[in-house]
Amino acid sequence: MIKKIKQGAFYGSIGLLAFLVMISLLSIMGYILFNGVGHINLEFLTKEPRSMGREGGIFSVIIGTLILTLFSVLIATPIGVAAAIFFTEYSAGKKWVGPIRFFTEILAGIPSIIFGLFGFAFFVIFLGLGWSILSGGLTLAIMILPTLIRATEESLKTVPMSYREGSLSLGATKLQTITRVIIPSCLPGILTGIILGVGRAIGETAAVMLTAGSNLRMPTSLLDSTRTMSVHLYTLASEGISLEKTFATASLLIIIVLIINTAANAITSKYIIKS
Amino acid sequence: MENASTKFEIDKLNLFYGSFQALIDIDMTIYTNKITALIGPSGCGKSTFIRTLNRMNDLILGVKTTGLVKFDEMDIYAVDYDVINLRKKVGMVFQKPNPFPKTIFENIVYGPKVHGEKNRDKLQEIVEKTLKEVALWEEVKDRLHKPALGLSGGQQQRLCIARCLAVEPEVILMDEPTSALDPVATSKIESLLEELVEKYTIVIVTHNMQQAGRVSDYTSFFLSGKVLETDKTEIIFSNPTNKKTEEYITGRFG
Ligand SMILES: Nc1ncnc2c1ncn2[C@@H]1O[C@H](COP(=O)(O)OP(=O)(O)OP(=O)(O)O)[C@@H](O)[C@H]1O
Ligand SMILES: [Mg+2]
Repeated sequence: MIKKIKQGAFYGSIGLLAFLVMISLLSIMGYILFNGVGHINLEFLTKEPRSMGREGGIFSVIIGTLILTLFSVLIATPIGVAAAIFFTEYSAGKKWVGPIRFFTEILAGIPSIIFGLFGFAFFVIFLGLGWSILSGGLTLAIMILPTLIRATEESLKTVPMSYREGSLSLGATKLQTITRVIIPSCLPGILTGIILGVGRAIGETAAVMLTAGSNLRMPTSLLDSTRTMSVHLYTLASEGISLEKTFATASLLIIIVLIINTAANAITSKYIIKS
Repeated sequence: MENASTKFEIDKLNLFYGSFQALIDIDMTIYTNKITALIGPSGCGKSTFIRTLNRMNDLILGVKTTGLVKFDEMDIYAVDYDVINLRKKVGMVFQKPNPFPKTIFENIVYGPKVHGEKNRDKLQEIVEKTLKEVALWEEVKDRLHKPALGLSGGQQQRLCIARCLAVEPEVILMDEPTSALDPVATSKIESLLEELVEKYTIVIVTHNMQQAGRVSDYTSFFLSGKVLETDKTEIIFSNPTNKKTEEYITGRFG
């Protein structure tokens, strides 16, 4: 009897906590969308900002965000996947892997402003790339690399040994085994890593301001400075430029992140069904 | 056994997992176009041994092998020996069916593709031929482009055999290929073996004495990392030289 009550209380309180978390998340999202969605219109989406963003739209900012994020992911993904494959498939029993992996895990937890500072000192100043999509994208790429490596490594570890044995026993080389069997079967995991990376990159503010600057004009080359939506949001809010535009930008950011996640999930499940 | 030609000649083979010796001074001959069964109690080294024949133990860290394993007169553990080519000629079927998470079609053409076959018609032909060889064609011909993991265990195992045949090996190594299967699927695979042996050399590990007796031409009895006795199957089962062999096959230990 007592046991039952205890169990009931346990499940009850867990349920309550879960409910509270859900409610607070939903109300935060709801509050922002409620205040912002109404101000998203065609002008906002397709026109460039005027008078510091108080007027006009955020077209150049949307483009800047997408380019910067895409650029960083395009740089980070191949490197991250290659690194993860190297750690799990090619360095079994090597002593130096432990420390390197440990270092990667620490990197994953380092505050992003540290990466920003590094990017500023190295890409912006030392390499003379200035505030630019290039500097910002490279900095973000380094920042999301550890997440990507870990997600990929985790999914590589779930690939059964029997797939590797099956492939090798048919006379495939190790490289063929990796590219034809192992990578395809952990694509969902790699995709998860990319999504996490996109999330981190798209939401980054300080490190981006330090490396990509906050130019409101439409970028025309990778060496142009640009402003991402997160940076724009921060500027609008902290300088009290326009509450309407702040909420509209925030809402659009949420919507874009949702779209990216949904698309990635759709790709993953479609892929899983196909195989 | 005098007039049969030999496929593998094993001489004083020793294998260590780190400091643990799993195979001790193994001598054995494996004859072309015959079925050789490996029997013995759990942990005696049957899997370890069969995996030395296609150098699958290379995947395991800290394995050391000494002695001679000759395949078609060549020492497969020689430094410059081409392992890829060995595995092309010596296929393997595993205890648990292990199709790739791909379609039935893609599973079978995996080997040929890896070895450079690109012609779509040729690949289609290989799929049909090998699936017919393992008597799976009728069951799956309408779902070649569906996931292989949707097949039953017995079908998956036959698919894995077909996948192995698609590479046109000379030898097929099978490590308890039917232990995960029901009696119907098992007997299908057993009758398949009888057909395959016309063209291939087969080495099979089994815990099932009736199976060894039914299908094999030669039987080797393993115990604690050693081969106690190798002979024609009918001799092993009717008149073994070694007392331990007799006790094992009559079920008194193991
Ligand atoms: N990767 C490994 N590392 C260390 N020891 C191993 C490894 N694989 C097998 N062994 C040991 O080697 C011995 C032989 O194992 P093996 O798997 O070859 O036996 P087996 O005859 O196939 O047994 P079973 O009939 O249960 O499959 C066992 O004592 C086992 O514990
Ligand atoms: Mg075994």
